[in-house]
Amino acid sequence: MNVNQSVPPVPPFGQPQPIYPGYHQSSYGGQSGSTAPAIPYGAYNGPVPGYQQTPPQGMSRAPPSSGAPPASTAQAPCGQAAYGQFGQGDVQNGPSSTVQMQRLPGSQPFGSPLAPVGNQPPVLQPYGPPPTSAQVATQLSGMQISGAVAPAPPSSGLGFGPPTSLASASGSFPNSGLYGSYPQGQAPPLSQAQGHPGIQTPQRSAPSQASSFTPPASGGPRLPSMTGPLLPGQSFGGPSVSQPNHVSSPPQALPPGTQMTGPLGPLPPMHSPQQPGYQPQQNGSFGPARGPQSNYGGPYPAAPTFGSQPGPPQPLPPKRLDPDAIPSPVIEDDRNNRGTEPFVTGVRGQVPPLVTTNFLVKDQGNASPRYIRCTSYNIPCTSDMAKQAQVPLAAVIKPLARLPPEEASPYVVDHGESGPLRCNRCKAYMCPFMQFIEGGRRFQCCFCSCINDVPPQYFQHLDHTGKRVDAYDRPELSLGSYEFLATVDYCKNNKFPSPPAFIFMIDVSYNAIRTGLVRLLCEELKSLLDFLPREGGAEESAIRVGFVTYNKVLHFYNVKSSLAQPQMMVVSDVADMFVPLLDGFLVNVNESRAVITSLLDQIPEMFADTRETETVFVPVIQAGMEALKAAECAGKLFLFHTSLPIAEAPGKLKNRDDRKLINTDKEKTLFQPQTGAYQTLAKECVAQGCCVDLFLFPNQYVDVATLSVVPQLTGGSVYKYASFQVENDQERFLSDLRRDVQKVVGFDAVMRVRTSTGIRAVDFFGAFYMSNTTDVELAGLDGDKTVTVEFKHDDRLNEESGALLQCALLYTSCAGQRRLRIHNLALNCCTQLADLYRNCETDTLINYMAKFAYRGVLNSPVKAVRDTLITQCAQILACYRKNCASPSSAGQLILPECMKLLPVYLNCVLKSDVLQPGAEVTTDDRAYVRQLVTSMDVTETNVFFYPRLLPLTKSPVESTTEPPAVRASEERLSNGDIYLLENGLNLFLWVGASVQQGVVQSLFSVSSFSQITSGLSVLPVLDNPLSKKVRGLIDSLRAQRSRYMKLTVVKQEDKMEMLFKHFLVEDKSLSGGASYVDFLCHMHKEIRQLLS
Amino acid sequence: MATYLEFIQQNEERDGVRFSWNVWPSSRLEATRMVVPLACLLTPLKERPDLPPVQYEPVLCSRPTCKAVLNPLCQVDYRAKLWACNFCFQRNQFPPAYGGISEVNQPAELMPQFSTIEYVIQRGAQSPLIFLYVVDTCLEEDDLQALKESLQMSLSLLPPDALVGLITFGRMVQVHELSCEGISKSYVFRGTKDLTAKQIQDMLGLTKPAMPMQQARPAQPQEHPFASSRFLQPVHKIDMNLTDLLGELQRDPWPVTQGKRPLRSTGVALSIAVGLLEGTFPNTGARIMLFTGGPPTQGPGMVVGDELKIPIRSWHDIEKDNARFMKKATKHYEMLANRTAANGHCIDIYACALDQTGLLEMKCCANLTGGYMVMGDSFNTSLFKQTFQRIFTKDFNGDFRMAFGATLDVKTSRELKIAGAIGPCVSLNVKGPCVSENELGVGGTSQWKICGLDPTSTLGIYFEVVNQFMFHLRRSPFLQVFNNSPDESSYYRHHFARQDLTQSLIMIQPILYSYSFHGPPEPVLLDSSSILADRILLMDTFFQIVIYLGETIAQWRKAGYQDMPEYENFKHLLQAPLDDAQEILQARFPMPRYINTEHGGSQARFLLSKVNPSQTHNNLYAWGQETGAPILTDDVSLQVFMDHLKKLAVSSAC
Repeated sequence: MNVNQSVPPVPPFGQPQPIYPGYHQSSYGGQSGSTAPAIPYGAYNGPVPGYQQTPPQGMSRAPPSSGAPPASTAQAPCGQAAYGQFGQGDVQNGPSSTVQMQRLPGSQPFGSPLAPVGNQPPVLQPYGPPPTSAQVATQLSGMQISGAVAPAPPSSGLGFGPPTSLASASGSFPNSGLYGSYPQGQAPPLSQAQGHPGIQTPQRSAPSQASSFTPPASGGPRLPSMTGPLLPGQSFGGPSVSQPNHVSSPPQALPPGTQMTGPLGPLPPMHSPQQPGYQPQQNGSFGPARGPQSNYGGPYPAAPTFGSQPGPPQPLPPKRLDPDAIPSPVIEDDRNNRGTEPFVTGVRGQVPPLVTTNFLVKDQGNASPRYIRCTSYNIPCTSDMAKQAQVPLAAVIKPLARLPPEEASPYVVDHGESGPLRCNRCKAYMCPFMQFIEGGRRFQCCFCSCINDVPPQYFQHLDHTGKRVDAYDRPELSLGSYEFLATVDYCKNNKFPSPPAFIFMIDVSYNAIRTGLVRLLCEELKSLLDFLPREGGAEESAIRVGFVTYNKVLHFYNVKSSLAQPQMMVVSDVADMFVPLLDGFLVNVNESRAVITSLLDQIPEMFADTRETETVFVPVIQAGMEALKAAECAGKLFLFHTSLPIAEAPGKLKNRDDRKLINTDKEKTLFQPQTGAYQTLAKECVAQGCCVDLFLFPNQYVDVATLSVVPQLTGGSVYKYASFQVENDQERFLSDLRRDVQKVVGFDAVMRVRTSTGIRAVDFFGAFYMSNTTDVELAGLDGDKTVTVEFKHDDRLNEESGALLQCALLYTSCAGQRRLRIHNLALNCCTQLADLYRNCETDTLINYMAKFAYRGVLNSPVKAVRDTLITQCAQILACYRKNCASPSSAGQLILPECMKLLPVYLNCVLKSDVLQPGAEVTTDDRAYVRQLVTSMDVTETNVFFYPRLLPLTKSPVESTTEPPAVRASEERLSNGDIYLLENGLNLFLWVGASVQQGVVQSLFSVSSFSQITSGLSVLPVLDNPLSKKVRGLIDSLRAQRSRYMKLTVVKQEDKMEMLFKHFLVEDKSLSGGASYVDFLCHMHKEIRQLLS
Repeated sequence: MATYLEFIQQNEERDGVRFSWNVWPSSRLEATRMVVPLACLLTPLKERPDLPPVQYEPVLCSRPTCKAVLNPLCQVDYRAKLWACNFCFQRNQFPPAYGGISEVNQPAELMPQFSTIEYVIQRGAQSPLIFLYVVDTCLEEDDLQALKESLQMSLSLLPPDALVGLITFGRMVQVHELSCEGISKSYVFRGTKDLTAKQIQDMLGLTKPAMPMQQARPAQPQEHPFASSRFLQPVHKIDMNLTDLLGELQRDPWPVTQGKRPLRSTGVALSIAVGLLEGTFPNTGARIMLFTGGPPTQGPGMVVGDELKIPIRSWHDIEKDNARFMKKATKHYEMLANRTAANGHCIDIYACALDQTGLLEMKCCANLTGGYMVMGDSFNTSLFKQTFQRIFTKDFNGDFRMAFGATLDVKTSRELKIAGAIGPCVSLNVKGPCVSENELGVGGTSQWKICGLDPTSTLGIYFEVVNQFMFHLRRSPFLQVFNNSPDESSYYRHHFARQDLTQSLIMIQPILYSYSFHGPPEPVLLDSSSILADRILLMDTFFQIVIYLGETIAQWRKAGYQDMPEYENFKHLLQAPLDDAQEILQARFPMPRYINTEHGGSQARFLLSKVNPSQTHNNLYAWGQETGAPILTDDVSLQVFMDHLKKLAVSSAC
């Protein structure tokens, strides 16, 4: 409400009017607005309709660009038409229509929705008014986040003009097209989107919320529009871009309200009425929306301030932002529209489909988005621009990403004894961007411009376009990703590496024995050892294995094939660890199978009666590392550990867990390692190519922050199974273990990111070690690990030549082959900020910001980190508002389409356990999550911060596709339904209290809701369609994630529900995390402060 | 008791005592004029088949500072049942058990023939003997194989209740846990790091933490009093296990690159062995038996680096103070030896290698603890195999010829003081009125501890010396280091210090027997003139038995006369020295190197280096005789030495 209220004062209306300066004024002045609004509306209508029309027409982007103009003319009609469509699509139609009706003027506002659609607006700009209208819509809320769309266009219109024309233009069209599609395709969410348009109307009418909300909705639709473009293929980039531009979000009070009201009608009344009206439009979401709104006001006292329009606030307070009106993270359009055709990487600077979209990639010269995703695909030419925008320039790189079976893995190129061809100066590797000159005798380096001779054996003639005749025969000249065979020069000590080794290091202290872990693990290893990663068609894995058990001393095992029985060698000198044997420690599984089996049989027996509770840790890793050193190979240690290492040894830890430190300046110490011994050890491990995967089974505090240092710095993984019990956790553990052991890993890797002149990589995030400022050293790197790289300008970039990235990864394959994997990516450069904002990817941005923040907590108080995030986000959005959005009232919140979800996602980051821990979150949990996020890719961070919530009984049982997700808010839960929630780590099945008995019976095989066991972790295997479908869905969700998600059944109103509610991230959290709406208001306030 | 000499010999036969002077000076003045110190050689456990052990406890003088044992020389008042201590003159009441004592009913200890008597003390629990094998695995394959076989064989010679343990070492040191089923288990230590006894026991789990583990299985501790050491188990329980374990023993697996010595952690291995026993079985009879095939090359106690191009220290290096590891290593082993001695354990060293193995540095381990030191060329020789076997021989009672944890207490009457002892002992630092301020050997005490001894162990204070012996002593390996490595010198000195007079004399002046057709075998002068063509010579140097065929004899043998029935006497002649040598070989410990050579043979050098060079290349023609064999040496002959000595004696008298 505050927002809303504030809105009233909002001149936001002005926005619409921005076009009409006078207007604004008038609006400010008061509610004279009515007339004024009218005008804007008209204007809006114009544009809007146009857009809409275009969509329907076609669709295609081509039209869009061209369409835009027409649209303008057609606007009004279009808008209407659009509505019609929308309405149809949604049940709401009725209402919406009504709304529209009311708003007739509003209808124009719809146009504004269109505006949100956005890019169009730019096109429309000329229609200046239209955009405004869109904005206006937002204004309604006061905060109105007018879909940037509308505004954006306008602003961009000017500025955009060009951009739009390029890609965005087309994009806009698509958007419109999307809209059309939306209604049809999407059910609720979409409808909401549609609602947006409606909302806009509301804006007008009830400028406050509705309008602003609509934009968000529109945002949704836009996506679809995006897709539209996508289809065309190239257009994709365009559309997407356009979309990104703006999303207007709703909320704001409508100070302008008054103004608005003018047009809309009586503001106050409007609000209330509008809402209702909206509701229908919004798919009934309104109802709930109100709720949130109220919250809204509550949480943010600031809200009132937002408006600064005190007067209005009051009236507004009662209102809340309509949750449906704010941009929804549930995005189906990209999924539906961009998933159908392959994403072809040939064109520079294309924004790839969202990570939530299933799509195939065709490599035509740039690395697949599976390998590299950027925060923006169009980067500012100058550092001044970049500083102004505050948009981090970063790439999330997953060098060894796994590809779907339909996509070919990188070709391996062998350049013979001379090794890969490289630039003599900057050492960049041969790639498609290298320019061959002088008839092919030389080539100019695309990174440093150095001119190099082409070696005779590599010479080839050029065709008439200056391209080498054999370009398409050579992966390194035609593909974005490929591999080179490395020569001996690329090997340690100038010796080709030996095949790597896996060492299993098992805690056999009392805890590990008692829980049955050791027995379970030994049993599993017997069969798991047959599935060690192997290369290509190799018959057996080249990897050798070794075994160590330990408590406060270490036991090494000699499992040489010639032995009749295994030999155990105890090393008690943990202060000065060494490896007691060489021969027989690392063995080939097949050769030593009998001895290994005998050993694995005996380990649980040997320690069955142990009373030893103390463990060591550092010496264990040290032993593994020394063993690899002695064997002169790289490898991986699998460490299974249960307790805080308190035995007298290097790296001995004490329990320093202290919740009192939370929210103090010393909180950071909880994330820092206790002693430097761990870092020192990690460094040695990296030097040896010894990667450490840590499986933790703690009953209490084990100081994950310290224990995870080595895995973190060596490119390893940490798995944590708190209170492990075989019955409950064995499936999760074994599944993780199997995947971890089997996954393909590169060892002893060094990654270097080279860039063309003008930018350079300055900062790196992930699980690795760096001994200098450029080389990322990874003892091990698997297909799940990402490295996020931040770039900064060190010179001016050129629009024409763009910017190039080349990521080169030198590694040892699991067969012991030394290779170089090269990924290349070309980006556009821009001189207009609007282009930057139009080509951003919020998911990647969030990935970067989360990692940045999570690293920040090591050195700064958590509060400072949170503030930094909020400030940066506000700056980004304020810059957009200031430079790209059409002039509008300050009361409007205008978001770029591409970043419309930035606030909601950022809020999720801010309220994550690391940055805002709830009472039930342990220090270890926080440290664990902190390090997990550090190497997550974009897909993982996306779902981790904003969980997926899938209704299970809404869609027919027969449908085989995943049900469309709903937003993560309690309001979206119907007590008559069942939902699955997943965030990549956890999986919940929420059962509403009024679920049909039949459903309960089908799924749980019990007769009533009350008989369902709360906390159940396995669904009974039942032979009925629903059970099969749900279990199938669970399996498929698990298959999508790199870690096994343990299922927890949660019943509505049950005490375990609290656990579940923690993941409903749009709601206010128990630990004080803001609801989405509240945060949006807060963000708006911040932006306004920046702008003023 | 025909002659005085016989009397002396008889005394030695009976009491294992032999004095340098059999008539003592009566005054201090006279005593100062004696150049040769007053001393005796004492063989405490001299075998006395005729001596019945006494199954009760000795009666001691009641004066707390004296506590002398009742003996045949004490004055006894049979009526008053009193006896006077002949050291402090304290009058002591006989204990009640002696109530029936009278002139005709004397206890054994008062009978004159029991000047040496052995009491068997019944107190205290009997603890089993402990044998801890410390085995070097940096050996050549066949050496290791031979050693493994010897060790396996030895298990059958041990008393069944003896505890045995196994430590192997190379680059690392492994302490093997015995009696493990299904998996063999060992504790491994870095070979470069010295650990305190406490650390070792912690690491072996012998301290507290180990206890709870045993409590977990309450049945075991009772059944098995020595469960506290999983590393030392009764032979009868684990001989199969240990045999297998020894059988599976492999050469040290760490690669040795060209030009390097294997890394051998002898110092740490010994330290761990000492620490292990120290923690588990202090003050019990225990032998640490070190088998090593080369010098320690790393860690504490290293004697030489692993670079082959830098040879192990020689006397030359030591004189030039160029033996960089020697002092540190010696210190390390001395420390270990002292600890071991304090615990009452002993350390044997069996060193078999062609080059030196660091006995010089390690000598105190055997010297101070009464352990054996055996040096050979290879474990795959009968010298080692039989010597090792001989350690486990039994006496006529079926008891092992070894004893542990002895305390030697010497008491003197007031006129006499104790200057010190030389032999395999350490001081117990017991001061008393009879302890002299002048120290000779291990002095300043009247009690010594002898951790390990056998019937031939002899402590001594110099020996009777005549000029001839002095000449050979000068040339013996005890004083003469030329042509001997420091290890060899240490080895010879070790044995010299613990043998009785006869054996010591043999060591100083080897015995040379001659066999010929001219008469029965006879001792001949240890002189080059004794080497004649028609003689077979048998030389016993204690460490070597050399049979030398004269030139003619050798030619005859080559011609095969011994196989012709008509020359059977020649065959007998050839056989005679062999038989005699065999006899010596059977009895001697350690088993001597047995050399059968002939005129012109390369091994003849052993003989030629010992004989008095009366004929050398310098004076051969001057003497103008055809007899004997010239010795190529610059060393002076006995004749020259005597002349010189006489001149000195006269001049010093002036």
